[in-house]
Amino acid sequence: MNAKSLPDLVPDAKLKLPKQAERTLASGLTVIAIRRTSVPLVELRLRVPFSKAALPRATLLSQALFTGTGTMSSIDIAAGLQAVGGGLSAGLDPDRLLVTGNALAGGLDRMLEILASVLTDPAYPKSEVATERDRLVDHIQVALMQPGHVARTALLKRMYGSHPYAVQTPEPEQVRGVRPAQLRSLHADRVRPNGSVLVLVGDLSPEKAIDAAEKALGSWTGPGRDETVPATPPLEPGPLLLVDRPGAVQSSLRMALPAVPRTDPQYAALQLANLVFGGYFSSRWVENMREDKGYTYGPHTSIEHYLAGSALTVAAEVATEVTGPSLLETLYELGRIASLPPGEEELEQARRYALGTLRLGMSTQAGLAGLASIYASFGLRLEHLREHSAALASATLDEVTAAASRFLAPAKAVTVVLGDAEKVAAPLAALTTVERDA
Amino acid sequence: MARSRKIPATKYPVERFTLDNGLRVVLTPDRSAPVVGVAVVYDVGIRSEPEGRTGFAHLFEHLMFQGSENLEKLAHFRHVQGAGGTFNGSTHLDYTDYFEVLPAGALERALFLEADRMRGPRLTEENLLNQIDVVKEEIRVNVLNRPYGGFPWLKLPPVMFSTFANSHDGYGSFGDLESATVDDAKAFFDRYYAAGNATLAVAGDFDVAEATAMIRRHFDDVPARPAPVLPDFDEPGIDRERRDTYTDRLAPLGGVASAWRVPDPIGDFASYLPFVVLAEVLTDGEASRLIERLVQRDRSVTSIGGYIGFMGDEFGVRNPTALLLQAHMPPGGDSDKVLRTVDEEIDRLVQDGLTPGELERTQARIATHLLRDTDAVLGRALPMAVLELQRGDPGLLNELPRLVGEVTEAQIVTAAATLRPEGRSTVEVLPGAGS
Repeated sequence: MNAKSLPDLVPDAKLKLPKQAERTLASGLTVIAIRRTSVPLVELRLRVPFSKAALPRATLLSQALFTGTGTMSSIDIAAGLQAVGGGLSAGLDPDRLLVTGNALAGGLDRMLEILASVLTDPAYPKSEVATERDRLVDHIQVALMQPGHVARTALLKRMYGSHPYAVQTPEPEQVRGVRPAQLRSLHADRVRPNGSVLVLVGDLSPEKAIDAAEKALGSWTGPGRDETVPATPPLEPGPLLLVDRPGAVQSSLRMALPAVPRTDPQYAALQLANLVFGGYFSSRWVENMREDKGYTYGPHTSIEHYLAGSALTVAAEVATEVTGPSLLETLYELGRIASLPPGEEELEQARRYALGTLRLGMSTQAGLAGLASIYASFGLRLEHLREHSAALASATLDEVTAAASRFLAPAKAVTVVLGDAEKVAAPLAALTTVERDA
Repeated sequence: MARSRKIPATKYPVERFTLDNGLRVVLTPDRSAPVVGVAVVYDVGIRSEPEGRTGFAHLFEHLMFQGSENLEKLAHFRHVQGAGGTFNGSTHLDYTDYFEVLPAGALERALFLEADRMRGPRLTEENLLNQIDVVKEEIRVNVLNRPYGGFPWLKLPPVMFSTFANSHDGYGSFGDLESATVDDAKAFFDRYYAAGNATLAVAGDFDVAEATAMIRRHFDDVPARPAPVLPDFDEPGIDRERRDTYTDRLAPLGGVASAWRVPDPIGDFASYLPFVVLAEVLTDGEASRLIERLVQRDRSVTSIGGYIGFMGDEFGVRNPTALLLQAHMPPGGDSDKVLRTVDEEIDRLVQDGLTPGELERTQARIATHLLRDTDAVLGRALPMAVLELQRGDPGLLNELPRLVGEVTEAQIVTAAATLRPEGRSTVEVLPGAGS
């Protein structure tokens, strides 16, 4: 056996941002176009402000957005997009309606034309809407059997109380009651260019792509409605909420902790503290829970940003018989990082991971499109990557220690466990106060 | 409306060479982003695991991350992530892959890590027991604790195939996993993880000469060991329809999946490729035949998808494999009716051919998917490593959009004509939730 040493890393070149252009159209639509010519494609992301829209209607609208226009059926739309190698789909989060798509680069004009027609001349035909409504109801019924979905639903309620973010999936019964006329009216009221951001990334000339967008979407006009969501309430820790799932072979452990937005001066330090704790594979919590104890397969934590507030969430699916011990290790690792400074080397490792994956994330058209679109919906631009990289590079051990004690203290956690209550209630109660779901 | 459109292509350069120990290497440089992808693929998968050891190929994949000659447990993960990179591995029917994506300056580190475990993982009782636990949790997450777990990739092969290799559960039974030993793992490594049974591909931002020197530095002294003879897993097709049904206690609604044998993906690629296009003609997007008919018109299913290879890896699977259709049904769904309608639509396609523009738009969309995948360094490194391993032709990745575009209507009709009810294997999942 010949001992070999680990090769050194060649330092990264300076962060290079792609060529881009931006224009806000007369309608209030902001268009950002970014050039990356690696493959002859174009990526499209459109985010439309949608805060406070009635959830059942908004959810069905996102599902039925491409069901027809005054001149095109759902099949015409799909076939028209396909002909240029394209596809468009829509989704919803508590702040935005999101349209995602891509096509062969030569199909950009056609994709924009079809998108414009969907935005300005929607039909929501009765029969197609009925089909989408039934599909959505079935989809929600299946989600209600997914442990991840049920645990998240319970966690959101505990995190947000009476805030609009508390419920993010409608009840099947509510969806059944939505009529096409209500979708038309919601569309007319809220699917508006003002405040919306369109991002185009790919094998394109930025100025020409913006011209194309301006030409295609020029007829999409009308005032946007300002719906400001109140700031999210502070987390109220309270007892652990145990939600029963009889017969479950695993328990879904979820926690929420406080966090700050991307632009906060403490954000880089918080991101690093989160990484050291549980935010990547080589973190204390994952190494402990998975590689040492074998309690779980894919434990993970993440910082979630909404317009009205940010939160850090912790998630693991653990074997039913080790549910108590899993909570014990989780509380231990949170307590450890909140109470003691991390080591120099583990901080450097986390720092390099944060800086490196940021480069990986912008190495594809789709990655750039997602990043630019998310940033834009928080009023940021790709240039923020430079500032954020600098903040990650300069965050000190003291700052990370301070962020960890402020944000990762187990005493601040809202905790939910979904599992077989008969088996896990007692082991959990040995560690903390447990409250059963009514 | 739809007219024939020229399908664009990529021109990623491809450099190939073989080291003295038999390791086949593919380099595909592209300096458009400062990142690299490294993939090592071994020619062993689920089909090669021994009887009584279901799930072993996947369990062994986990053991390859548990330390090696110069690396303690946890070191691999830390070295990759501490270089700003990400990693993973996955076990397929016919191969097992290991990969990293990193900032360009970490290339040599990734090569060092892959070479070290190619020389031999640290196989210990403690790590084995730990990873058996982890794999059991993986199976609970993906199969046992969720609706439709293993549907249809674990449920259809036993209906369709007869041999152990083709039909067994690739995730493995808990009993088999728990009886795995360190000696089993050593034997598996010795037999299948030879340098001559593997390929290495590097994609992204590097200089070919420098990368070649690095590869030689780290892999040249990996001992040469004989590669095993590639088994032929072929078995006769079925002569009448096969069908099975099971109840999923977590599923609120029913589902059905059918599979038909297709030509040898490697030995008869020209006959195979039309099936890849056919699957998309049938189910890609709202304008595709089966979605239009079953979802929109009849509302007899809420979703239907078609693809080739039980793991969706149509260009990384060997013979025998299948074209699959899988559908989820609304409350009160009738699987017989769904299958009859599928037959009807296939008959219609065979008799009347395609509509104007139908093939061209499907080919254009497939091209977008193929091109989009290759934009990521890993989307080049991984498929090129697999194409080198299975076909000795990594450059095929550049050719696929064009080849897909050259498939003719006549070939689609010929392919569709083979999807007969008597050649179909079906598994139906009955809703058991709430009962």
